[in-house]
Amino acid sequence: MIPKQIEEVLTHLDTSLSRRSFLKTSGMLAVSFTTAGAAAATTASIAAPANGPYPDVDYHQLDSWIVIHQDNTATFYVGKTDLGQGTGTAFRQMMSDELDFPFDKTTCVMGRTDLTVDQRGSGGSDAVQTSGWAMRRVAAEARRVLLEMGAKHFNVPVDQLAVSDAVIHVKSDASKKITYGELIGGQRFNVSLTGNTTDNTTGVAKVKPVQQLKMVGQSPKRYDIPGKVDGSLKWAVDVKVPGMVHARNIKPPFAGAKLVNIDDSSVRNLPGFIKVVSKGNYVAVVCEREEQAIKAATLLKVNWEKPASPPFPTSEQLYDYIRKAAPTSSPKPNVAGNPDAAFASAAKIVEAEYEFPFQGHTAIGPAHAMADPGNGQMTIYSNDMKSYGMRTGVSEFLQIPREQVRVIWMDGPQAFGRTAADDAGFEAAFLAKELGRPVRVQWMRHEETAWDTKGPAFTFKARGAFDAQGNLVAVDFTARAADHNHLGYNEPDSVLLAQLSGKRKNMPAPGSSARPDDMYGIANRRIAQEVVGLPVIWETPLRTGNLRDPNGPQVTFAAESFIDELAAAVKADPVDFRLKLLSADKTEDSGFKRARSIAAVKAAAETYGWDRRPSPKSTSKGGTLSGRGIAYTFRGQTVVAVIAEVEVNRKTGHVWVKRLVCAYDCGLVVNPEALKHSAECGMTHSLSRALYEEVRFDNEKVTSVDWKTHPILTHADAPEKIDVVLVNGDPNPNRSDLAPYGAGEAACKPTIAAVANAIYDATGVRLRRVPFRDDRVLAALRAAGLSAV
Amino acid sequence: MSKITLKVNGAAHSVDVEASTPLLYVLRNDLNLQGPRFGCGLGQCGACTVIINGTATRSCVTPVSAVRGEITTLEGISKNGKLHPIQQAWIEEQVPQCGFCQNGQIMTAKAMLDHNPNPSDAQIRQTMANTLCRCFTYYRVQAAIKRAAQSMKEALA
Repeated sequence: MIPKQIEEVLTHLDTSLSRRSFLKTSGMLAVSFTTAGAAAATTASIAAPANGPYPDVDYHQLDSWIVIHQDNTATFYVGKTDLGQGTGTAFRQMMSDELDFPFDKTTCVMGRTDLTVDQRGSGGSDAVQTSGWAMRRVAAEARRVLLEMGAKHFNVPVDQLAVSDAVIHVKSDASKKITYGELIGGQRFNVSLTGNTTDNTTGVAKVKPVQQLKMVGQSPKRYDIPGKVDGSLKWAVDVKVPGMVHARNIKPPFAGAKLVNIDDSSVRNLPGFIKVVSKGNYVAVVCEREEQAIKAATLLKVNWEKPASPPFPTSEQLYDYIRKAAPTSSPKPNVAGNPDAAFASAAKIVEAEYEFPFQGHTAIGPAHAMADPGNGQMTIYSNDMKSYGMRTGVSEFLQIPREQVRVIWMDGPQAFGRTAADDAGFEAAFLAKELGRPVRVQWMRHEETAWDTKGPAFTFKARGAFDAQGNLVAVDFTARAADHNHLGYNEPDSVLLAQLSGKRKNMPAPGSSARPDDMYGIANRRIAQEVVGLPVIWETPLRTGNLRDPNGPQVTFAAESFIDELAAAVKADPVDFRLKLLSADKTEDSGFKRARSIAAVKAAAETYGWDRRPSPKSTSKGGTLSGRGIAYTFRGQTVVAVIAEVEVNRKTGHVWVKRLVCAYDCGLVVNPEALKHSAECGMTHSLSRALYEEVRFDNEKVTSVDWKTHPILTHADAPEKIDVVLVNGDPNPNRSDLAPYGAGEAACKPTIAAVANAIYDATGVRLRRVPFRDDRVLAALRAAGLSAV
Repeated sequence: MSKITLKVNGAAHSVDVEASTPLLYVLRNDLNLQGPRFGCGLGQCGACTVIINGTATRSCVTPVSAVRGEITTLEGISKNGKLHPIQQAWIEEQVPQCGFCQNGQIMTAKAMLDHNPNPSDAQIRQTMANTLCRCFTYYRVQAAIKRAAQSMKEALA
């Protein structure tokens, strides 16, 4: 069905209230405030559908996606969330284009489960590449319907009409014109759509060929930025409703600890104290005011029992543990040619092992949510990137009908997969139900850094074989990930609240390892992926989840470092070596990735001003050593090559990545400037992962708990220059059906390897364990006799 | 509880809270000034930064009773509906990604530029070094600071 509020806009607000004010309030910020508790009750009493006030939004109705107002403005309703990478702006550009609507007369409502169709929220860089197609098709369908209405209005055939900027006119008589708003403003389209999923939603109309798109390819400024700069944007952390109280969690001090008892008297007399709530090993304290809850959580006496044996090895012992552990899964390796024979007859064999630590999201703002119960419904205000999944998960966890639960997505701190498994939303809803009052949950810094979901640690083994002529003839590569019981999503039996309160899946999620990309034309290959588990896989702060481009940066670090080692072994230039391997095999896939890969590597080298020579650089004198390294990869159909230029301080071991170049081919580009921004930030995120980030732990708890014990890249280390060059390497670059391939994560993927390769170029020292912290680099320089006093 | 008077963005406010309450929660929860944000509660990240008597101050570790002098928050730096040149530069350079830390970036930059209208690259890096961004917008923040310094200079000329 069409959401009540959209219905109200169409039938009442549009004629009785200022439409401008509706547009303003529907622009993601104010709606959530005006519709808190009170409006929920109104909706419930008026709509009262069978199971609750928030039925699923019917994606088969055009009215669920697009509302055109009488003043010729439009609101788009889409089921994605924008994590600050400009996808909302991109949606408006794409839909404006298909609808022939002025971009600046549109707004976009996203991620509210009661108002927008379920397009799963964000994840997998699929916003534009996958879900964007449905948005384009429904906008094209709206345009088709409007033209038919115009034809009826002017009593001429559709083909005698033209439309621009939401005004239809008769081709032969430009004075005969009518706006979309005049045709349909305040009324329903009442047009049914087809398609078996939201992403397959379609009408009769076809999308425009690329050449006819006007807004796509331009760079309007992101509409979300002014409110983020002047303080006017309301975030999920900002939500307040009357009667709201504050909760803080008390986490187990050791992984796998059992709660013995709680001494309420330690906090009972504190001002503002309301209640201690516990379920299994989950403990929270609720107070009237925020600072009271923080204090109570610190003072509450809880007795815990340690597990009988250590839940995990220490971070220092981790890689030995991973190498020795029996795999929980090891799918059949991917084999091409005859690698055994190739290795047996090789003239030269190169071997290397690599290590990659657990890394956290450690979002700048810890997990948070506010849940407002009552009147037969539950509203959760959250920055959950997958708000629809949270709605389903919470309804199952609390055993209340889905139609009684809605999640109102609002902006929040960087997510990158963390809020795909959003603990705070579940906790807020659970506590709100327990107390019968609106409850705000906010994790503290030590909880978030220690207990957020982690990107899995890896070990890698690689071997390469050359023939007597120096041709690479075989590669054998094994990636082993500590990822058993990986949690990806808002599942009612795997979010931390569920684990701590004793809910378990029947089987742990198997998790996954990763394989390097295989566009390189190496005739004989064996690629194996294995997963291992830590001793404790439930109720542990080392629970793995999706971290930006899951497993991509890890495996690409090893694979592209190894390609560089192979190039060095035959004294080949790293760019030439890659181009030769990319050209060796002529087979193409449907995305022409090989041709596009070659174009991206060449474009990166050209933009950087690459000097062709083998690594390492031979003359290295002075206090700092400088060098450059390249790494190439693809993610889905998106191709990316990154070049890093480093300065290595011989006295301190400090590595500064002075310059980054990125050549990016992600097909059709909707907003070039926003894309460059996203690539800049993605690469710099990977610099932080390359140089600083590592979750540390002893054998009972995570000891990375704040920004001192878990340092990240700062302003002091920002690159001096970043160039992002957008490449269209398609063999038919002007194709009318050029598709967007997804761009949110790919630039993260090769950057760590590019840094490792640049350090090698500068110093001749190969770093095979991430991160390349000063002490490790200095130790390596010392071992090579390259350090300076 | 103690009655405490605060001068914030030019207006006086009276609150009745525990003297040890961090200023951050009084601003956000009592005065509805939500520009400053909770990031760590430890004074390490800068998301909660406000300016007190010209100094960039971490409101999450500043007891409300210890505040002497006038507080400026993000909401208070635009004047008569016109954005501060730093905010304008932030829009021109399209700085934020998620934007959660940008209060700290902007307020720390403002305190710096108010004291030193012509910071060198090294001074910018050093002054901003403890203001963290987890989307890693540093490159654009630094560009926006230079742009703002230029436009503030031109406004004075």
